[in-house]
Amino acid sequence: MGLWHYQIVAGILFMLGVLGVLTRRNMIVMFMCIELMLNAANLSLVAFSRAWGNLDGQIFAFMVIVVAAVEVAVGLAIMISLVRNRDTINIEDVSLLKW
Amino acid sequence: MPEALFWTFSSLSIISAIFVILNVRNAVNSALSLVVCMLSLAVLFVLLNAEFIGVLQVMVYAGAIVVLFLFVVMLLNLRGGRMGSEGQPLLKVLSVLITLGATAKLASLLAQPARPWPDLPDGFGTVEQVGRVFYTDYMLAFQVAGVLLLAGIVGAVMLAKRSID
Amino acid sequence: MDHTNDALRWIPLLPLLAAVASGLWLVFVPRNMPRTAVIALGVGAPVASFLISVQQVFRLTQMPATDGGRYAIDNLYTWISAHPFHAELSFLLDPLSAVMIIVVTGVGSLIHIYSVGYMDDDHRDDLGFQRFFLYLNLFTFSMLMLVLGDNLLVMFVGWEGVGLCSYLLIGFWYLEDHNAMCGQKAFVMNRIGDFGFLIGIFLLFWAFASAGVPSVDFREMAANVGLLADQTIELPALLGFLPAFPTWKLLTVGCLCLFVGACGKSAQLPLYTWLPDAMAGPTPVSALIHAATMVTAGVYMVCRMSFAFSLAPGASATVAWVGGLTALFAATIALTQKDIKKVLAYSTVSQLGYMFMAAGSMAYTAAIFHLATHAFFKALLFLAAGSVILGMHHEQDMDHMGGLRRLMPWTFRFFLVGVLAISGVPLLSGFFSKDEILLGAWTAHALPGHYWLYAIGVLTAGLTAFYMFRLHFRIFSGPNRSSPELRSRIHEQPQWILIPLGLLAVLSALAWFPTVPDVWGEMLGVKRSNSLHYFLQEVLVTQEHSVSHATELGLAALATLVAMMGIAAASFMYYYRTDLIEKIGETLRPAHTLLVNKYWVDEIYDRIIVRPLIWLSDSFLYRLIDAKLIDGFGVNGTARAVVGVADKGLKFLQNGFLQSYLTVMLIATIGLLAYLMRGVL
Repeated sequence: MGLWHYQIVAGILFMLGVLGVLTRRNMIVMFMCIELMLNAANLSLVAFSRAWGNLDGQIFAFMVIVVAAVEVAVGLAIMISLVRNRDTINIEDVSLLKW
Repeated sequence: MPEALFWTFSSLSIISAIFVILNVRNAVNSALSLVVCMLSLAVLFVLLNAEFIGVLQVMVYAGAIVVLFLFVVMLLNLRGGRMGSEGQPLLKVLSVLITLGATAKLASLLAQPARPWPDLPDGFGTVEQVGRVFYTDYMLAFQVAGVLLLAGIVGAVMLAKRSID
Repeated sequence: MDHTNDALRWIPLLPLLAAVASGLWLVFVPRNMPRTAVIALGVGAPVASFLISVQQVFRLTQMPATDGGRYAIDNLYTWISAHPFHAELSFLLDPLSAVMIIVVTGVGSLIHIYSVGYMDDDHRDDLGFQRFFLYLNLFTFSMLMLVLGDNLLVMFVGWEGVGLCSYLLIGFWYLEDHNAMCGQKAFVMNRIGDFGFLIGIFLLFWAFASAGVPSVDFREMAANVGLLADQTIELPALLGFLPAFPTWKLLTVGCLCLFVGACGKSAQLPLYTWLPDAMAGPTPVSALIHAATMVTAGVYMVCRMSFAFSLAPGASATVAWVGGLTALFAATIALTQKDIKKVLAYSTVSQLGYMFMAAGSMAYTAAIFHLATHAFFKALLFLAAGSVILGMHHEQDMDHMGGLRRLMPWTFRFFLVGVLAISGVPLLSGFFSKDEILLGAWTAHALPGHYWLYAIGVLTAGLTAFYMFRLHFRIFSGPNRSSPELRSRIHEQPQWILIPLGLLAVLSALAWFPTVPDVWGEMLGVKRSNSLHYFLQEVLVTQEHSVSHATELGLAALATLVAMMGIAAASFMYYYRTDLIEKIGETLRPAHTLLVNKYWVDEIYDRIIVRPLIWLSDSFLYRLIDAKLIDGFGVNGTARAVVGVADKGLKFLQNGFLQSYLTVMLIATIGLLAYLMRGVL
């Protein structure tokens, strides 16, 4: 299949991820949608790497995975302490920084 | 043959992604859909001659990250009671519309005529090749990734432990 | 021949420096200046100016009369330099300004000396003593700038300066509201005149510049005025005031505008009402400013611009008639006033009218001559009145006086000299100067109705004699009408006061020596005896009289006769048969009421002009436009609008919801990408 097929798939996946982040109010699910976005980016990178015959894209995708792992670890740790303090995972309940 | 694989697994990933975001009742369902999505993506990676990345996707992403998600979900013992009610419908409608619009535009932009894949050198995307590039050209990035992981570990431990030490 | 003279600048500068020194002391030193220092500055500066003036004038007379005339210029620096126009800050000494500076510094010095005695009782507010001399010096400086100015701009600086000092000095005892209001009234009316004056300056400058001479320098304008002699100007019909034809002679319009300024400064109709109210100031102020110097600035200005007025018969006729009518008008009011200073004030207005009558009849030298003699005897009269006021412990109503001849003999004698002079009694200076003016009116054949003007002048002379002698008799003759305990405190004044009075009396009596008209001089065998006339003729435009000596003598005799009649009438009513005062008052009750109330001019002005202006300023411009519109709508309203927008609109952008923030971010990012990739999309 052509490069652009892969890109369109990646694009759709990314947009679904954005939609999920903006729509869901469960923080854990929001986080999962962020992972979805990262995966879409990975797909795009690897497809381009294949198209140019260059390993740079794969290196980049590797780094993305590393960062995603770290990010998930830290982010979930934050969520745990948030739940401990506020007893909620509804994103609308953590809105103190307002007028 | 590769075409059929492509179509199958790309549709699978998209459908499971839709399940991730549309699942209202249960976070665990969303996590499991995410696993399916990731595995599909791993197949796509292998189709693109990125075996190392594909394996990594399964091992790290599906095997560790989503598992971590599930751990946390179950640790926090989330049920429907903590979900609360949906609010801000205006915002949701707005974001849905914008996203769908952007997707359509993006898709139209990306609809280019197909170009043939170039020929690949032997061993493209194997562990050996990728490792060679890592240890020569991107050495610094590799090391920094290690440090980043260390920082992440420390941070996660510090944040998640109980207040009494 | 070199016409530069670096000494001229000290004539105005010395009083200025004295004033500045006094002012700096007041600003930086908490105590008052010691009395002797104040006197040294206050008297020393004008006297020094006088001495320098005398020396410079003497030097001027020594210059040969040819080679472009006798004059000296002291150029300080180039004030405005906007090519091709330039104006210097420079002083001009020519025969006209020579006469003026002698009068200003001479009479001024005497008045400064007098003030030492007069303001001496201002012990309670010792700041008053120092402040008074500061203002007086400042005034003298401004007046000298005015008369020494080489161009209209320097003259205008002095013009404004004397207006300011007049305000400061009239309202000198400012703690009383009335005094402050009088000062304000003077200043505002002056300002109205100044507006006309400025328009005149602009018009003349524009005319001269269009003709190729961009200058407001007097000598340059005089040399080139012929260029403008026939130019006309189109004026839109203003409120039906102007005659039907819209085309006026340019010089006429310019000179009329300048004359408006002279009306304001010299208290002619209709801008004269400030002068009687200016009597609220200390008497030396009235003497200096409102008799001898400031009010004569208008006359000086008209004479200085004689080169223009002589080519504008319409303006000159206006000047003459306004002057004549003012003279008569003010004399009638003076007939009935009770306050001695008010009588003198109206008398000043009347005499100024005479001066303008002369200037309008193009007898400019007569106007200046009368200006000088009037300075002497009016200053004398005011200062003597001040002596009376001090003696009566600040009582000014002549109904409460009388019989002061025995109690204040020297004041009586000096006052009598002044009264005789102003009435035009022969052999005193007023006689000669008034006759010159009347002669000028009689011979001004280009002036429409000049014989009527002469008749007005003669009638006014008679009235002048009458009311001045009325004043004299009411103050000094007959029984004393004040309360007994006041009577015991009446005393003569100290030397500071009497010596200046004496000097002025001598001048009033004898100052006519250099100005005897030729007709008399030839009878005594002195040819061209009117040296002042010939001196001034170098600068002022003059007309040759073509009357016979017999006519001149006849006119003089007529004027003297009328003056004698006035004196006789006054003696009859106020000296011999004082019992008839009441009865005559009764028979002439309507006329009397009209005159005592000054024709209700002040009240009319108040209704027609002052109140509407106050309404406009207060209710409309202040309350409505300033407070409601600009403050409420503009300033406060803008603030309220901003707060409103922020409160009702903008604050919802910061609602603390992460997802709304993300939505906005998404929109912004898509927009930015769309913009950046607009060629590709």
